[in-house]
Amino acid sequence: MTKIEGNHPQPSMPKRPLMLALTRYLPQEASARRLFLIMVAVFALMAAVSPGTFLSLDSFTSMAFQFPVFGIFALAMMLTMISGGIDLSIVGIANLTSITAASVMARLLPAEATAGESAAFIGLAMLAALAVGLVCGLFNGFAVTKIGIPPILVTLGTMQLYMGTAIVFTKGQAIVGLPELYTAIGNGSVWIIPVPLLIFGLCTWAAYFLLNKQSYGLKLQMLGANPTASAYAGVNNTRVLLRTYALSGMLAAIAGLVIVAQTNSAKADYGTSYILQAILVAVMGGVDPKGGFGKVSGIVMAVLTLQFLSSGLNALHVGNFFKDFMWGIVLLAVMVINEWSNRRKARRLV
Amino acid sequence: MKKVVQTSEFYVAVVVLALFLVIGSQNEAFFTTANLFDLIRSGVVPGIFVMCAMLVIISGGIDVSFPAIATFSMFSATKILHSIQYDGPVIAAFLLSGLIGLCLGIINAVFISLFRLPTLIVTLGTSSMFSGFLLTFVGSSQISDLPRSLLAFSKEQIFKFTNESGITVGLPAAVLITLGVIVSVAMLLRYTMIGRGIYALGGDAVSAERIGFSPVRLQFFIYSLVGLLAGIAGMIHTTMMRNSNPVDLLGTELLIIAAVVLGGTRITGGHGTVLGSLLGLILVVTIQNSLILLGIPSYWQRFVIGALILIGTGVAAYQVKRSIMRRKSIIT
Repeated sequence: MTKIEGNHPQPSMPKRPLMLALTRYLPQEASARRLFLIMVAVFALMAAVSPGTFLSLDSFTSMAFQFPVFGIFALAMMLTMISGGIDLSIVGIANLTSITAASVMARLLPAEATAGESAAFIGLAMLAALAVGLVCGLFNGFAVTKIGIPPILVTLGTMQLYMGTAIVFTKGQAIVGLPELYTAIGNGSVWIIPVPLLIFGLCTWAAYFLLNKQSYGLKLQMLGANPTASAYAGVNNTRVLLRTYALSGMLAAIAGLVIVAQTNSAKADYGTSYILQAILVAVMGGVDPKGGFGKVSGIVMAVLTLQFLSSGLNALHVGNFFKDFMWGIVLLAVMVINEWSNRRKARRLV
Repeated sequence: MKKVVQTSEFYVAVVVLALFLVIGSQNEAFFTTANLFDLIRSGVVPGIFVMCAMLVIISGGIDVSFPAIATFSMFSATKILHSIQYDGPVIAAFLLSGLIGLCLGIINAVFISLFRLPTLIVTLGTSSMFSGFLLTFVGSSQISDLPRSLLAFSKEQIFKFTNESGITVGLPAAVLITLGVIVSVAMLLRYTMIGRGIYALGGDAVSAERIGFSPVRLQFFIYSLVGLLAGIAGMIHTTMMRNSNPVDLLGTELLIIAAVVLGGTRITGGHGTVLGSLLGLILVVTIQNSLILLGIPSYWQRFVIGALILIGTGVAAYQVKRSIMRRKSIIT
């Protein structure tokens, strides 16, 4: 086997042929493989600690409804992080779009509408939400590229601005009274796959396609690794950045639509802790916070790991605060391990 | 004169002055001593936080964990004092809280300087860790019966006098602590080698190392100091509120960073002054406290602060961009 695979000698590997055969199915890269093993370990640990509650169909279904929202946020965070920036405004955008969608549905829809009418208004609401997300994202991109404010400050400001707009618009109150059809879609399943999971799958596929099959992905990674070099290589940095922040805004809008469906209401200051979680997932998933590198598969594994951890801890009836504690520890641990292995690799190269 | 006009402190001062005049002309209540004392009072704890955030940003990092550290130290310190029925001088409470903060700051420093991890992400992680630990293992319900000396300190006031309507106004004695912190940070940045090192590190870490500063030691110093200051600020918050609530301060970090940045401190490091940051804080505190005096409902707060951050940083960034473009046009 080893002779066919490559011409460099691999002295220690042929000792265990079974292991060798199995490693072919693991992710090839060291950091991805480590993440995969961490995911499996967390799953096994949680399954061993509370097999009755954790390993049940109910628990898996509820997990499938829970993680899509922060998974989508993490995808948005990943795109901006690969570009060497960050997007702190995703939750602000999501809240603003969910307010938009909810007010289109709750205020414009006549009370005794037919099913067809409600469907039309739901479509309109979704379009409006996506448009708002696009505009918000483009505004972020504009401030980053044309005005030249560092991304962290732009999105710190727009986070307040978008959330502030939503608060001004609603006067701080929640919008309730959505059409049943919409919440039914958001909480329903196609066959046995919950709709939010389906949406997350679509977003994941789209991100994968953009990053790996389109020239945009390559340009984005070049820009993140070294903006000067990418400019000299003929990449239109401004355009790539505008597109990145616009995509981030649209993904946030999709997350906002899922949140509205799940909570059956829209609030201006919902879920600010998602920002931390999105950064956590992105960094754990191997996205380089300095820019230039990130993989969709890493995000998916990181999201699943954290969901297993969270659901497993839920099954143990520990509080939400303990989860915060664990998440902080996991984030730091993953970063330290990655750093260590990078240093070892660097030393070996020297 | 021209030099003064060009500084960002000057712009912020003009904006603050304009805001004061506008609010004052709309509502007489603004320029009363009671209201001004109120503004100062609401700036006591943020005043120390602003120093923390500024030190870190000048050194080229960004810290979002100081509210978590402050909360952790004040609550566990009060809990300890409460459980041993402490009855001694108030200084011990501040020392204990500061010491706990110092230890948490060292945790930040270890991750940041020894492992060289990005500061924003480390402090996000430790912030989540600290507050999670506090609320799970130390306690989550507020402590209202503080030790007697703390209560006595909280009632101590300076500049106390009674105005014409018979209400006694004064500043809490804790103002002096904040003033002391501000003066010492200013001295540190201005007159000491460590202060120069902090600016050098933020300007260019590699150059700083080559001219003989140790980034590891400097970062250790900065994050430990920030922990210490945050711990003291937390205890001040407890004395001012007269109870210790483990969720009070969380979530204020972004507003404090906004104040620092509005005051002309560059997020990329190497630039920033104590005066500018204080002006930025005055701007934010005035907006938070006084929009209502202008007849603007308080739900506009976030919107106005967001817009201010964008305009403030946008003007600065645009000027930098233009000057770079001008320099380029000379070369070509």
